[in-house]
Amino acid sequence: MKAIPLAYSVRNLWTRRLTTALTAGGMALVVFVFAAVLMLDAGLRSALVATGQPDSILVTRRAAGTEIQSGIERSQAAIVETSPEIATGPDGAPVVSKETVVLIAQPKRDTGVATNITVRGLGETGPLLRPQVRIVEGRMFRRGTTEIVVGTSIAERFERTGIGERLRFGGREWTVVGVFDGAGSGFDSEVWGDGDQMMQAFRRNAFSTVVARLADPASFDALKARLESDPRLTLDVKRERRFYEEQSEVLSNFIRILGLTLSVIFSVGAMIGAMITMYAAVANRTAEIGALRALGFRRGAILVAFLAEALALAFVGWAVGIAAASAMTLVRISTMNWQSFAELAFSFRLTPEVVGQSFVFALAMGLAGGVLPALRAARLKIVDALRAA
Amino acid sequence: MQFLKLVLRNALRHKLRTGLTVAGLVVAILAFGLLQTVVDAWYAGAESAAPNRLVTRNAVSLTFSMPLHYREKIRAVDGVRAVGAANWFGGIYQDPKNFFPQFAIDPAPYFAMYPEYRIREDELRAFLRDRKGAVIGRKLAETHGFKLGDTIPLKGTIYPGTWPFTVRAIYDGAEAKTDTSQMFFHWDYVNETLKARAPRRADQVGVFVVQIDDPSRSAGIAQAIDRQFVNSLAETLTETEKAFQLGFVAMTEAIVVAIRIVSFVVIFIILAVMANTMAMTARERIGEYATLKALGFAPGYVARLVFGESIALALIGAALGIAATFPVSAAFGAKMGTLFPVFEVSGATIALQVACALAVGVAAAILPGRSAARIRIVDGLRAVG
Repeated sequence: MKAIPLAYSVRNLWTRRLTTALTAGGMALVVFVFAAVLMLDAGLRSALVATGQPDSILVTRRAAGTEIQSGIERSQAAIVETSPEIATGPDGAPVVSKETVVLIAQPKRDTGVATNITVRGLGETGPLLRPQVRIVEGRMFRRGTTEIVVGTSIAERFERTGIGERLRFGGREWTVVGVFDGAGSGFDSEVWGDGDQMMQAFRRNAFSTVVARLADPASFDALKARLESDPRLTLDVKRERRFYEEQSEVLSNFIRILGLTLSVIFSVGAMIGAMITMYAAVANRTAEIGALRALGFRRGAILVAFLAEALALAFVGWAVGIAAASAMTLVRISTMNWQSFAELAFSFRLTPEVVGQSFVFALAMGLAGGVLPALRAARLKIVDALRAA
Repeated sequence: MQFLKLVLRNALRHKLRTGLTVAGLVVAILAFGLLQTVVDAWYAGAESAAPNRLVTRNAVSLTFSMPLHYREKIRAVDGVRAVGAANWFGGIYQDPKNFFPQFAIDPAPYFAMYPEYRIREDELRAFLRDRKGAVIGRKLAETHGFKLGDTIPLKGTIYPGTWPFTVRAIYDGAEAKTDTSQMFFHWDYVNETLKARAPRRADQVGVFVVQIDDPSRSAGIAQAIDRQFVNSLAETLTETEKAFQLGFVAMTEAIVVAIRIVSFVVIFIILAVMANTMAMTARERIGEYATLKALGFAPGYVARLVFGESIALALIGAALGIAATFPVSAAFGAKMGTLFPVFEVSGATIALQVACALAVGVAAAILPGRSAARIRIVDGLRAVG
C-alpha cells in the first residue's frame, strides 16, 4: 500500500497556522500541567530520598510516625548504642547520634507569617552521619555552645537567620555561625545545633531519635528483629532512607492524585479542541480527499495521513509544553509537609521519565482527538467526495 | 428578537462543532468550579472561626505544650469569660489513611464555647458521665459508620498505646460550614492515664481556647494573657481563632497558590479551543458577512453576530457546567471524607464561573469579529470558504 507523504500532513498544519497554534497551544497547557505535577513529585521524592543514607538506621518510639512525636529514654538509647551491628568511628566509639528534634515557629522574610521549621540538636557524630551536608558559609557550630547553623533554604526565606544574627527559642539566644548546603535534601530546611544544649534548653530528659550507621548494611534485618523484640524497648527501627520516604508519602500522594486527576480532566478539553480542528480539516478538504482516493491512495493511507496530522499537532503541543515546564526547574517550592508538620523546600525536577511520560500523554491526546475525524475522512466515498467540491 | 434568532440559528449550523465546543466548556467550567471549591475548603476552618474566641499556645510552636496551671491564670485575666484546655491527640484509627482530628478537651467549658456543635442534651449527659466516652461529628460518624455505643480504638502516635473510646454523643453542625469531622474526649481521662504511664508528660496542655466578653477588645486581652507568662519556661502566643486557623493555611500557601494558578490554566485551555472554533466559523462565513454588508447591514451588526454567537456558546457551556458542579462536588466531597471537613460550592465560585465564561466568550470573538466587520464586500464575495 502506498502511503501519503508525511509532508502532506505537516504542511497542512502550516497552511492553517492560527488554528494550529490555538489547538497546539491548548495541548501545550495541558502538557505543562501534567509535566509540572510529575516534576514536583519527582523533586519531593528526590529531596526526601537524598535525606537518608542507605547504610544508616533511624530509631523512633514505637508507632510515632515522625521525629517530632518520637521520644527515646536515655536508658533505651544506650541499649541501641551498644548494638554490635553499629559501625565504629576512627576513635573506636560507635557512630551514633542521639538527637533532639523540635519545631519552632519563625516568621518568613517576605510575608512575615510564622511557619514551623525543624530544629535538630545533633549528637557528637551527627554531622559525620550526613556526608552530603557541607558548610558553604561561615563555620560549623561548636559543641557546648549555643551556636547554630542553618540550611540554605532557611537562610533564604526566614528572618534573623543570617550569620551573626540571633534566634530566640527555648528561653535562650542562639547565634547563627554558618550556612550549610544539604545537596537538595530535607536538611536544607533545618536548623542544627548541639543536642545536649538543646535538651537543656527545652528541659527534656529523652532524646527524639537515634541515628546510627551500620557496619554492614546487610545486618539491618537482624538488628531490627532483635531491637524490636527486646522487652525493655518500645522502639521502631527503620532504614533512614525508608523513614524519610514515608515522611513524603501523604504530600506526594496528594500532589500525584490531585495533579493527575486535573491533567486528565484538562486533557478532555484539549482533545475536544483537537477533534474540532481535525473535523474542520477533513470537512475543508473533502474534495482533496476524493482526489487522493481517485489517484489510487487507499482508505488506510488516508486514515494514516490524518492521524499523522493529529499526532504532529500533539507533538507541537508537547514540545512547547515541555519547554515551558523545563523553565520550572528554576522554581523552588516551600510548603508544610503535613506529616512532619514542618517547612520543607524542594524544586521541580525534570527527569527522563517525566519527558517520556508527558510525550506519551500528549500523543495519546492527539490520537484520541484525531481518530474519529480520520475515520470519517477514510470512510468518504470517492464520488461523493469529488462531488462536494 | 430577529438578531437573537439569527445568532442561535448560526450557532446550530455546525451541530457537531457546537456540541464539542460546549462540551469542552462544560468540562472547563466544572473543573474550575471544583478547584475554587477546593481552595475554599482550605479556608473553611478560618471561615467558621468565631470573633469571641482566642487561642493561646506555646510561643515556640504548636508542638510545645503549656503547664495546666496556666488555665487559672488565664481565667483571671480581665475580659475572659471561659477557658478550656485542648490537646491534639493524633491517634490513628486502623490506618493512617483514615485521618480525622481528635482532641482531648475540658468538656463543660469547651462545648459551651462552641454553640455551633449541636449535641442532644441526653447524649451530652451520657458523655459527661463516661470517662472513656467520646463525642464525634455527624460527617465522621457517616464516613466510618460509627453509631452511639460503638468503640473506636485509637493507636496513639503522641500518646503511646491503644486507646479505646466509646461513642456517647454525635454532634451536628449549626451551619453547612461547621466542621463535623472531629472527635472529642475527656482531657482528664487522657491526663490521668498519662500520669500512670509517663508522669513527666502529664499536666501539659496543647492549647487553651479562651472565650472573651467583647470581641472588640480581643487584641488587648491577647496581650494581657501573653504578658502573664513572659520570661517563664513556656511563653505563650495568643491570637484570635481566625488568625490561628489562617496560620495553618499560610503554612501550605504554596499549594493553595498552585491550585489557584492551575484553575485559571484550564480557562486558558478552553479559551484556545473556543477561539479556534470562532476563527474557523468566521472564516467559513466570510461570504455571508460580505453579503450582509452588501445588503446594507452595518459592520457593527456583523461583528455583533460573531460576538453574540461566541457569548451564547460560552453561556450555554457555563450553565451546564455550573449545573454539573453541584452533584460532582458533592460526590467529590463525600469521597474525600474527613480530609475536607467542609466542601460547599460558594456563591463567589459561581459568580467567578460565569465571569470566566463571559470573558472566554468575548475574548474568543475579538479577532474573528474584527475581521468580519472589516471585510471588504468585494473580497468577501469572491472568497471561497
